[in-house]
Amino acid sequence: MPSLSVRVAKRRGGFDLQAEFALPTAGVLALFGRSGCGKTTLSHLIAGLIAPDEGRIELDGTVLLDTAAGLVVPAERREIGYVFQDARLFPHLSVSGNLAYAERRAERRTGSAGQRRLCYASREAVVALLALGPLLERRPHSLSGGERQRVAIARALLSQPRLLLLDEPLASLDAARREEVLPYLESLRDEIAVPIIYVSHQFDEVLRLATHVVLLEGGRILAQGDLGAISLLPEMRAIVGPDAIGAIFTGNVLGRDADSGLLRLRVGQGELQIRADGHTVGTGESLRLQVLARDVIIALEEPRAISVRNHLRGIVTAVAGDDAETDLVSIEIGGEILLARVTHAATRGLELRAGLPVWALVKSVTLRGRPPPKPQS
Amino acid sequence: MTWLSPAELSALHLSLIVAGRSVLLNLPFAIGAAWLLTRRRFFGRMAFDALVHLPMVLPPVVVGYLLLLIFGRHGPVGARLSRAFDVELVFNRNGAALATAVMCFPFMVRAIRLSLEAVDLGLEEVARTLGAGPVDRFVTITLPLMLPGVLAGTVTAFAAGLGEFGAVITFVSNIPGETRTLPLALYTALQSPGGDHEAARLAAISLTLGLGGLLLAEWLTRRLRRSLGA
Repeated sequence: MPSLSVRVAKRRGGFDLQAEFALPTAGVLALFGRSGCGKTTLSHLIAGLIAPDEGRIELDGTVLLDTAAGLVVPAERREIGYVFQDARLFPHLSVSGNLAYAERRAERRTGSAGQRRLCYASREAVVALLALGPLLERRPHSLSGGERQRVAIARALLSQPRLLLLDEPLASLDAARREEVLPYLESLRDEIAVPIIYVSHQFDEVLRLATHVVLLEGGRILAQGDLGAISLLPEMRAIVGPDAIGAIFTGNVLGRDADSGLLRLRVGQGELQIRADGHTVGTGESLRLQVLARDVIIALEEPRAISVRNHLRGIVTAVAGDDAETDLVSIEIGGEILLARVTHAATRGLELRAGLPVWALVKSVTLRGRPPPKPQS
Repeated sequence: MTWLSPAELSALHLSLIVAGRSVLLNLPFAIGAAWLLTRRRFFGRMAFDALVHLPMVLPPVVVGYLLLLIFGRHGPVGARLSRAFDVELVFNRNGAALATAVMCFPFMVRAIRLSLEAVDLGLEEVARTLGAGPVDRFVTITLPLMLPGVLAGTVTAFAAGLGEFGAVITFVSNIPGETRTLPLALYTALQSPGGDHEAARLAAISLTLGLGGLLLAEWLTRRLRRSLGA
């Protein structure tokens, strides 16, 4: 499987970045952390826009940087597409001219090097994917923020990159524009086989798009792994805050309940029924779900007279201290893990410990789009 | 143009040729100097900056004198040019163009530098990630974006070059039909008895050309800026 391995050290001003990770580049790899944690520095280092003090970067078997060997491939020959927060369209060219700029250089490169790589992004496909047809003759300054970002993504794709870096592409957009661009990013992930690194400080964007996550804080990598596993880590609390901690997993659509109209989802060996207004989903489809730890109640036996309708049978796998008053309890439900936040008093009262069978009562489930397709290997 | 006398026409024609050649000569050097001063940090940068601006503060006569020393028949450069390429610069219009070029150089560099500083480095960065090397980036991104400044600088320098006096008369003298440009003709008219009327006419021509040049530069800049969406 294609992969990216990075080990870099960079000291700049008072900031010290030291990062090392190696992950498959299938799907979307999210570089996630708060503002100022070093995400952008790290992505600039990967793209070659700044040079590290020392390090080594390898992408799909090609060494892009090796300070020990004195090897630095310049940014223009790394074949890494970069979408900046502020789009950076060329103002003296039309939308079509901006796209052609990337295409011409990609053609020149593949032609001269004689190495015809798989050309996954034809102009027609990219224009259709990002719905740019009506914009082609327009000038960048007449476009809206969301439109600009779509053009910037298309331009980066048409340079036929081996890796696409999206550096907070939605950060300069308002909420409505973000919602407008997000589905395009999802279809980008699912329809074009370009590996993506997605840099963001917005957890909901990461939830929606990421396959794997690298968690950055203060110039150091706190954790790395696939999104489901990362969502269970206590380190998440420091970054997203106590109220946004929760398990992320996949649910398969079983259909709609005839009486209530609720969407029935299979999760592990249990079933969840959730409201899904405005979502048109077919039976058998997969959805990415998030259940916040604060929305899960633990019971030792299934309660009958209770307003919470989603009851899942599971087994406690771990109890970890969360803060001064609460614990985070991991509960396995037929292959998936749920997180529940309970008070120390409740942990003691129920004698919660690994191996204990419990019922998890789920008060609320949030839909987080579609999970990325399983990579074919 | 029957309302201009042959002498006036000759002076006007000569001024246009001299200013035009000086601008063409300056353009590549001015862009190069502006780029060095804006984008590079090198040893002696301040000295280089001062040298570029020197013609603005030196008396033009001094510039003409220095040119005479360097490019004159026995000067270190002039003698070699004469021997190797049979090129003479003293007492002809090419010499006048050189003197004008030196005097107008700082104006051009300043205008081009301003527009180069306004070019968003982020755009060159993104061109880099799209596979554009340094020369490619300069030609396809930087140069088109600084074009308004380059054009405005060129037109302003051209208008200023039409009236260069001190350096020209010192370096190439005042030869009718060869180096007697508008200001030199005006000076000659003032020196001759009964030339007041002639002087006034030449002054009017200079005024018209200068004003026209400035207005054209302003108009061009606005037009180009608008097409870039700024």
